[in-house]
Amino acid sequence: MNRKSRNKRLDKGFSILGIASIAFGLIVLLVLIIDVFLDGSARLSWSFFTSFPSRKPELAGILSAWVGTVWIMAITALIALPLGIGAGIYLEEYAGKNRLTDFIEINIANLAGVPSVIYGLLGLGLFVRYFNLDRSILAGGLTLALLILPVIILSTREALRAVPFSIREASYASGATRWQTVRYQVIPAAFGSIMTGVILAMSRAVGETAPLITIGALTYIAFLPQGLSDPFTVLPIQIFNWVSRPQKGFFANAAAGIIVLLGLTLIMNAAAILLRHHYQKKIRW
Amino acid sequence: MQNPTFEIKAMRASYGAKEVLKGIDINILSNSVTAIIGPSGCGKSTFIRSLNRINDLIPNFHASGDILYRGEDIYSGDVDVVDLRRRIGMVFQKPNPFPKSIYDNIAYVLRVHGFDMREMIDEIVEKSLRKAALWDEVKDNLKQNALTLSGGQQQRLCIARTLAIEPEVLLFDEPCSALDPISTAKVEELIHQLKQNYTIVIVTHNMQQAARVSDHSAFFLMGELIEFGKTQDIFTKPVDARTEAYITGRFG
Amino acid sequence: MLLKRRVLLKIKETLIERLLFFCSLLSVFTTLGIILVLSFETFEFFKEVPVLKFLTDTQWTPLFINKHFGILPLLSGTFLTTLIAMLVAMPVGLVGAVYLSEYSSLKVRNIVKPLLEILAAVPTVVYGYFALLFLTPLLKKIIPSLSGFNALSSGMVMGIMIIPLIVSLSEDAMRAVPMGLREGAYAVGSNRLQVSFRIVLPAALSGIIAAFILAVSRAIGETMIVAIAAGQQPKLTLNPLVPVETITAYIVQISLGDTPHGTLEYRTIFACGMSLFILTFILNMLSFKLKRRFQEVYE
Repeated sequence: MNRKSRNKRLDKGFSILGIASIAFGLIVLLVLIIDVFLDGSARLSWSFFTSFPSRKPELAGILSAWVGTVWIMAITALIALPLGIGAGIYLEEYAGKNRLTDFIEINIANLAGVPSVIYGLLGLGLFVRYFNLDRSILAGGLTLALLILPVIILSTREALRAVPFSIREASYASGATRWQTVRYQVIPAAFGSIMTGVILAMSRAVGETAPLITIGALTYIAFLPQGLSDPFTVLPIQIFNWVSRPQKGFFANAAAGIIVLLGLTLIMNAAAILLRHHYQKKIRW
Repeated sequence: MQNPTFEIKAMRASYGAKEVLKGIDINILSNSVTAIIGPSGCGKSTFIRSLNRINDLIPNFHASGDILYRGEDIYSGDVDVVDLRRRIGMVFQKPNPFPKSIYDNIAYVLRVHGFDMREMIDEIVEKSLRKAALWDEVKDNLKQNALTLSGGQQQRLCIARTLAIEPEVLLFDEPCSALDPISTAKVEELIHQLKQNYTIVIVTHNMQQAARVSDHSAFFLMGELIEFGKTQDIFTKPVDARTEAYITGRFG
Repeated sequence: MLLKRRVLLKIKETLIERLLFFCSLLSVFTTLGIILVLSFETFEFFKEVPVLKFLTDTQWTPLFINKHFGILPLLSGTFLTTLIAMLVAMPVGLVGAVYLSEYSSLKVRNIVKPLLEILAAVPTVVYGYFALLFLTPLLKKIIPSLSGFNALSSGMVMGIMIIPLIVSLSEDAMRAVPMGLREGAYAVGSNRLQVSFRIVLPAALSGIIAAFILAVSRAIGETMIVAIAAGQQPKLTLNPLVPVETITAYIVQISLGDTPHGTLEYRTIFACGMSLFILTFILNMLSFKLKRRFQEVYE
């Protein structure tokens, strides 16, 4: 009897511990958000978005940073989306089970775990030096594209796998070719999940700092890039730059920049979650 | 006797190391309904799914022997599988409409085969739905998502979709196993009508259904063809004791 | 005409298949690119610095006049921050995973999991800020001797960042354990705690270890948190209160400067990158193999 009640108490105790450990992560997230708001919200103003960085913290803004981020994101998406979704389609819909595809699969799993700073070194050696692209937007976009490629491939495969086999069967049985089946049946059915994965991958790219620093993206830019071959900076690099200044005044700028960056990331994540939810609801097989 | 549509000799089929068809010899006659009956796991589904090579989609599937469709070996290297499947239509166990509108379900298979004229597609959509006895029920809601139809309607839509590209053969793989009795009756009636223009093969686990719709019946057991003949003969005076045991319900 | 259409269709099919195949091959080229770029510069580096010296010298001072190229101080910094991160992330992550898999309702899980994913989506530069300007000052009130840059707070924040990874992967592993095993235990009167720890955890062990290993790999490769909050002083120490430098932070430090291309200093970052790549590669492969073996048992 005694043992039984002890067991019950332990069970209850663990339940509380479980809630506490989940809550811990979420509370930290909350504290973090409150902290940056307290530190940075005073600096948030229209001019913060329309000013170049400056030696004086009160005058500095994120104009070149957010414009750079937009450029880099566009290039990254343009390169990584077709290649990543294409590779995912090949591996899920075309490839047979053989040594080569097994090798490609292991390889992608590994690439997904390679530290982002290594992609920076790849970009530096390959795009900046070997292809002579210098520290340009193109070099940055290519580097980040390679970085998120495995993420997009993996999520695309997962999305395709969720499409019921019977749809493919129906399409093939009516004499459709493989591509027709993929293009007109499988992709539309998996579209929502594929996009969810793409948005999450892009939200990761938005926050990446290390690879772009490694390829030599500048930390101080007082002009706007005009084309693919221009130097650039991005929002997280600008934040990093402000955090590493000794003057306290720049910390508020960093916090304000973080509010913008975090807002962007959270919106993208929320969009992805909502999209997933929406499609899960809409399609019932 | 007419020329057989399928001439099959020594057909074997396996999934990996597991052999499920162990030497089948059978001729399937044109413009008649052939029922394939037998207990679960006897290979009847594998058999029918080999006739349009839809089983190619399953990894490790392998079929061998002579499987001649109108004199042509369908497993030889130079057969165009896509064209083969256009000529040999198939309706599956579970209705599998595309998650699109009723209209697009049929339009899709037409576009796949190169039809792109709007009026022509409209016309064939109506014609196929009429043939599948579904037109009157859906004519006002062609844009409605096919997944909202009842199971029986979905299955008739799948039949309409198959008819749209005017195949020569129709394969039915237990088409009524997921349907209620009323829908089943409708589908059976449909099969009866289609017989005049098509060669039909139907797999069924339902004895009465086989008796009702088919002209010939083949009894499969553990990967072998035990008996094949006129349905009437199979059901009234089976030659093999195992056939008799099965149709009288002593095992199944 | 029909024949021509069919031929065209076939050509199109083949072309598309080739194109898609090329897309998937690109991932192989990426790996190849990483290995080639790293090897090339690392090879040049080892022409001037003997491998043995690189692995055993206890000082790392490539930017000083008296140059030493021993990676041990960077390794110790990496090890220290990773250790602290895992000490935070492992217990919290595992308990959280057990709770979500065995205790919570489906509804709670469906709300909590996406929220935790947000924790993993926060850009690391933000965590760096948080470690340097929030956690370090806070810890300083408890440990006055704590330096402004230190391994402790960056390691802790890194651990928080890794929690969702451990929760998510361990929970997947635990949920893959067949219901029948649990039912058997519940049928003989075990409670949830006993079922969780005596049945589910042991059954899911290889999957959970795979998650831990992947988390270690993530911590080793994490860059911005340590670059911002751990300092830039390569020191062979395991003292969590003083500034250290990790392999990744060093790469960032050099990249920020104007080290000319082709010099020995420039090549150090590739030698560091190579070490990092080998380290994480081994861990990733180990995790992948374990996970695969786990999946083979239960799927």
